[in-house]
Amino acid sequence: MTVNRFSISAVAIALLALFGAQTPAQAQSGPLRIEITEGVIEPLPFAVPDFVDEGGAGEYARNIARVIASDLQGTGLFREIPREAHIARVSSFDSSIGYEDWKAINAQAVITGAVTVSGDRIVVKFRLFDVFSGQQLGEGLQFAGTTQTWRRMAHKVADAAYSRITGEGGYFDTRVVFVSESGPKNQRLKRLAVMDYDGANVQYLTDSSSIVLAPRFSPTGDRILYTSYASGFPRITLMDVGSLRTQSLAEQDGTMTFAPRFSPDGGRVVFSLERGGNSDLYMLDIGSGGLQQLTNAPSIETAPSFSPDGSQIVFESDRSGTQQLYIMPASGGEGRRVSGGQGRYGTPVWSPRGDMIAFTKQHQGRFHIGVMRTDGSEERLLTASFLDEGPTWAPNGRVIMFTRETSGAGGEAALYSVDISGRNLRQISTDGAASDPAWSPLLP
Amino acid sequence: MTLLPKALLLVAAFGLAACNNPDRFGAGGAGGGAGGAGGAGGGFVDTTGLGDPNNPASVAYFNQRVGDRVLFPVDQHTLTPEARQIVVGQAQWLMANPSYAVIVEGHADEQGTKEYNIGLSARRAASVHQLLISQGVPANRMRTVPYGKERPIEVCSSEACYSQNRRSVTVLSVGAGA
Repeated sequence: MTVNRFSISAVAIALLALFGAQTPAQAQSGPLRIEITEGVIEPLPFAVPDFVDEGGAGEYARNIARVIASDLQGTGLFREIPREAHIARVSSFDSSIGYEDWKAINAQAVITGAVTVSGDRIVVKFRLFDVFSGQQLGEGLQFAGTTQTWRRMAHKVADAAYSRITGEGGYFDTRVVFVSESGPKNQRLKRLAVMDYDGANVQYLTDSSSIVLAPRFSPTGDRILYTSYASGFPRITLMDVGSLRTQSLAEQDGTMTFAPRFSPDGGRVVFSLERGGNSDLYMLDIGSGGLQQLTNAPSIETAPSFSPDGSQIVFESDRSGTQQLYIMPASGGEGRRVSGGQGRYGTPVWSPRGDMIAFTKQHQGRFHIGVMRTDGSEERLLTASFLDEGPTWAPNGRVIMFTRETSGAGGEAALYSVDISGRNLRQISTDGAASDPAWSPLLP
Repeated sequence: MTLLPKALLLVAAFGLAACNNPDRFGAGGAGGGAGGAGGAGGGFVDTTGLGDPNNPASVAYFNQRVGDRVLFPVDQHTLTPEARQIVVGQAQWLMANPSYAVIVEGHADEQGTKEYNIGLSARRAASVHQLLISQGVPANRMRTVPYGKERPIEVCSSEACYSQNRRSVTVLSVGAGA
């Protein structure tokens, strides 16, 4: 990350070194901007005063500001200037913000807003200001919905601010489907759940009567694919999120199925089908029920993931003797190997931008989450631990969430996120143990 | 290993797992499963008396004397000579006791990704299944189920436990060919 003003980070650093307490802001000219690149300087200071209550807003005016601040600060790219340090008071949404007061505390970006609540209806307005340029950054925006969705309003404000300052898409107004875990290691109980990306608003989708694994959202977020043992045997299962109705897919005598993933158009499912001990990849057309075999090898082929344009599939296979990553056309075939380093590579997931593949790597008794280009080059390991597994991409392709499990008899799984630069590793707060996260697209 | 058939039948009476291998999911088995696979929601509860381990026709005899499980080296699914011998013994017992059906479970240790381990444990279960078939046990008496790393019996994170978790377990239930 380079803190704003072209990419003159080196100059900014030099000035900082020379003048000590001198703020980086004074080295700036041009519009407010964070370039999310390799060289870190420091997070961009911002302020979010409590939103103005324009009628009936009560606690929402403050809580919405807090969620926005938490979203931005959580990226590691921004640093909130605490409210105690604010000089200016924002008492009216439409009055001028007094740039000098914000400059004085080195707030480079300020988000102001207002909230109106009547009945169960909430309206949230906001503006984003570039303090050192002395102007508003982008238009003011207004979001409206039910009071139940107040956190989504806050996430949408934060997404807009993030997007305007970084030039990247946001990822705060999203959900994550995951597996909620309880019970000891040898009697683990698992249930499907969804939550906001930051761990709030958990909703359970199944009870814990049977094992569930590796859920995935459909491209529109209204359906979930997962592996269920409800029949006693692993079966790929489709759930409608609204009604919670489930349906077993691709049932064939003498076979078991697992590791299902949607095609980018949501109409097909690529998955592993096991027969007589051997697992191969198959494609199912959900509408017609048509089944097509994609691989035909005596090795284990699993963990498939479509390219965003739907033309290719990356998957893992142990055909070489160890788990490695391969890419084949979506119509099937041999595939070309893409992983080339030492160790075992699994659970490849194609990035939403199409340029990278995230994976799990095992090497010398450690697990890593990593990313590489789709040709296998520029491999970069982002994490290392006893057991890291199963990356999922934020919709903007900048952040990865995954499962980290601790070792030993009391070992437990938790969800973590990390930037694709390897920075900003943090645990997602969940109610109890959790595994197998999968990110939704940005909500509409 | 001491088996307590009465206690187990009591467990069955409470509608919990009525599997006849009491330790296959560790003690208790509340999360284990009706229908042999971890699902109170999914299947029927079949109750099988374990009997006297000194009675060669008892389930207890099969589990303890014949041996209901075989172990595998890291990331392998080929049966070792010792494992082959146990499975051949299982086949002989099953041929002599045709009223039992079988679920062959495959399992993996935690050193691997979940979905790969399902594939690996499917291979392990299939190795046992195929040998049982080649020894004459009718295929229609048997099913396999891969559990991956979902159901360890030992919980430490070292080879002492991993070696016990890399297993295939042959689970009996009444009702062959049903």
